Amino acid sequence: MEIVKPQQTVVTPEHLLFEAPRKRAYITGSEAASEAIKRANVDIAIAYPITPQSETMQRVGDLFGQGYVRDYYRAEDEVGAFSAISGASRTGVRCMTASSGPGLMRGLEVIASWPGHRVPVVFLIMCRVINAPLSIQPDNLELDYMLSTGNIVFHAENQQDFFDYTLAGFVISEKCEVTLPVAVAVDGFFVTHARGWVEMPSSDLKLPPRDCYREAVPMIDNENPPIRIARDAPIQKSNFISYQMHASWQQEIHAAQERSRRWIYKYLGGLIEVVNPGAETVIVASGSAVSQSREAVRQAEEMGHRIGLIKVKSLRPFPVEELREACKSAKRIIVPEFNCAGWLNRELRATLYNHSDAEIAPGPRVFGGITMPTELILQWLFDKTGNCR
Amino acid sequence: MKRFNIRMAGVGGQGVVTASHVLSNGVILSGSESTIVPFFGSEKRMAPVESYVRIADGKLYEIGEIIYPNVIVIFHAQVITHGKSYTMPFYSGLKDNSVILINAAKPIIFGADEQRELKEKNAKVYFLPATQIALESAGTEVATNMAMLGALSSILGMPGLDSLELAVKERFLGKGLVASGGTASLDKAMEKKFGQKSELVGKNMAVIKAAYDYATNLQWSFL
Repeated sequence: MEIVKPQQTVVTPEHLLFEAPRKRAYITGSEAASEAIKRANVDIAIAYPITPQSETMQRVGDLFGQGYVRDYYRAEDEVGAFSAISGASRTGVRCMTASSGPGLMRGLEVIASWPGHRVPVVFLIMCRVINAPLSIQPDNLELDYMLSTGNIVFHAENQQDFFDYTLAGFVISEKCEVTLPVAVAVDGFFVTHARGWVEMPSSDLKLPPRDCYREAVPMIDNENPPIRIARDAPIQKSNFISYQMHASWQQEIHAAQERSRRWIYKYLGGLIEVVNPGAETVIVASGSAVSQSREAVRQAEEMGHRIGLIKVKSLRPFPVEELREACKSAKRIIVPEFNCAGWLNRELRATLYNHSDAEIAPGPRVFGGITMPTELILQWLFDKTGNCR
Repeated sequence: MKRFNIRMAGVGGQGVVTASHVLSNGVILSGSESTIVPFFGSEKRMAPVESYVRIADGKLYEIGEIIYPNVIVIFHAQVITHGKSYTMPFYSGLKDNSVILINAAKPIIFGADEQRELKEKNAKVYFLPATQIALESAGTEVATNMAMLGALSSILGMPGLDSLELAVKERFLGKGLVASGGTASLDKAMEKKFGQKSELVGKNMAVIKAAYDYATNLQWSFL
C-alpha cells in the first residue's frame, strides 16, 4: 500500500524548541514521546516491545504507518534491537529505540558498547522494576546501571519534559563534538500511562535530517570501512596497543560528555533547576520524585518553611559544579528516590565530598512500584513538632 | 487551595475507572487541575479495582497512587465486607477529618476496631443507595458509577454539574477514547439498550442529578 507522506516543513532545532508557537494538550507520557518522534525526522526505529513497556513503540509503529518515520521493525529481542539500531546509526541515519526495566537489562550488553562506537541514537527508557519479587510497576533502579555505560542520560520529570528532552536528545546526540547516544528516561506508568499538560509546536514542523558528514566518527560508505573496530584491527588483540586504544576510546567518551554540557544548557536550560535558592534545607531529586517534592515544598510553605529543591535533569554528564554551587548554603539535604540503591544519593555524596558541610540524609526511598507520598518527604524534612529536622 | 486526594475502590464491571476519568475530566473542563491513576490486576468482573484521582483549584504536581486520601469512594459493599480491595482496611491511610462515600442501601455495621479508628480520625461516613438511584433514574445498575459522581459533586463542591455533563458527553460521544476490550463491549451493550447515544448521556445525567440532590438534601459536606 502506498503511504501518502505527510507534508512537514524542516525548521531549525532552535525554532522547533523555542520559537514556534505551542498548543497545550492533555496527553499521556507515551503520547508525548510519540509526538516528539513525529517532529524528529526519524529515519528508523527498531524495538522489541517487552511487557511491561508502554504504548510508546506501538505508537511509533503507527507513525511509521502514517509516514512520519521512514522505517520501522520489531526485532527478535532487545539484544537484536539494540545491535540493529547501532548498525543503523553507523550508516548515518537518525535512529531511535525504547525499552524498560527487564528489557533494558537484557540489552545492556549492547547499550554499553554504543558510546565507544560513537553512535548517535535516542534511547527512550520507561523505568520499571527489575529485581525480585516480580513487579510490573515503576522503579528506576535500572538507571544505576545506565550511569556507567557512557551514554548521556537525561531524567524527565513529567510528560512535558519527556517531549522536550526527546527532541533535544536528537540534536545533542548528533552534535559533532558529542556524537554519543542519548538516553531519555522517565518513570514508567506514573508518567507514561498518566495524562498531563504538554505544550507542543505544530506537527507540521520537523527537525532537519541528521547531518552525518559533520560528526566525530564517519559513517559507513564507499570510502569508510565498516565500523571502527574493523578498521582499528589491533584492538582485537591483548597487547599494549589495544590497552592504549581502549583507554583513548573511553577518554573520548568522557571528553564528549563534557563537551555536551554547553548544548544541555542551550537545549534543556541547564543541567539542574533550582527552586528557592539559598535555602538551608534542600531536596535533591530527579524524575517524578521532583513532582512529589514540588508538592512537599508547597505544603512546607503553607507551614511557614522555605525548603529548597534542586531538580537534576542530566544524570550523565552529572551537574558537579552546579550542585556544589546550589548546595552552598545547605545545612541538611534529603534525596527522595524511586529505587532501593540510592544512586542519586551516592552521586551527590561523591560530588559534595570536601565541598559542603551539609548533612546528607540517606533517603527517603521507595521501590518495588509504590509512589513516593508527599507525606513521606515531609516526615524526612520535619520532626513531629513541625520543626525542620 | 481546595485540594482533594480521592481513592475510589470497587469491583470490575462497575465503571470505577470510567467514573474516575469522567470526574477528572470534569474538573479539567471546569478549568481546574486533576490527575488520575487507575489500578487493576487482570481485567474481569467482580475483581478488585482502584482508581486514584487528585483534584485541585490550584497547581497539582504529585503523581502516582494515593496512599493518604482525604476522600474515599467505595462503589461496592464487598470491597469492605469481602475485602475485595488492594487496600485493607478500606480506610487505611485516611487523613483526619475526611469523607467516606459508600454505595449501600443501608448502613454497613463496622467492627468495634473499625468504628473506633474511624471515630478517632473524625471521618464522615455517608451511605448512598447509588445502585437504587441508578435503577430508578436510568433503569440500569450500570449507571451506579454516575450516582457516585453526582453525590461526590455535591459533597466536594467540584466539579459542578455543568462540567460533569460536558465530561459525560465527551466520554460517550467524543472521539479518541481508547477503552479496554471489556469497557468497549459494555459501551456497545449500553448503546444498544438506549438506542441512541444522546439518550445514554441523558440517562446518565438524570442519575447524576438525582444523586446530587440526594446528597444535597441530606446536607452532606466535606467541611
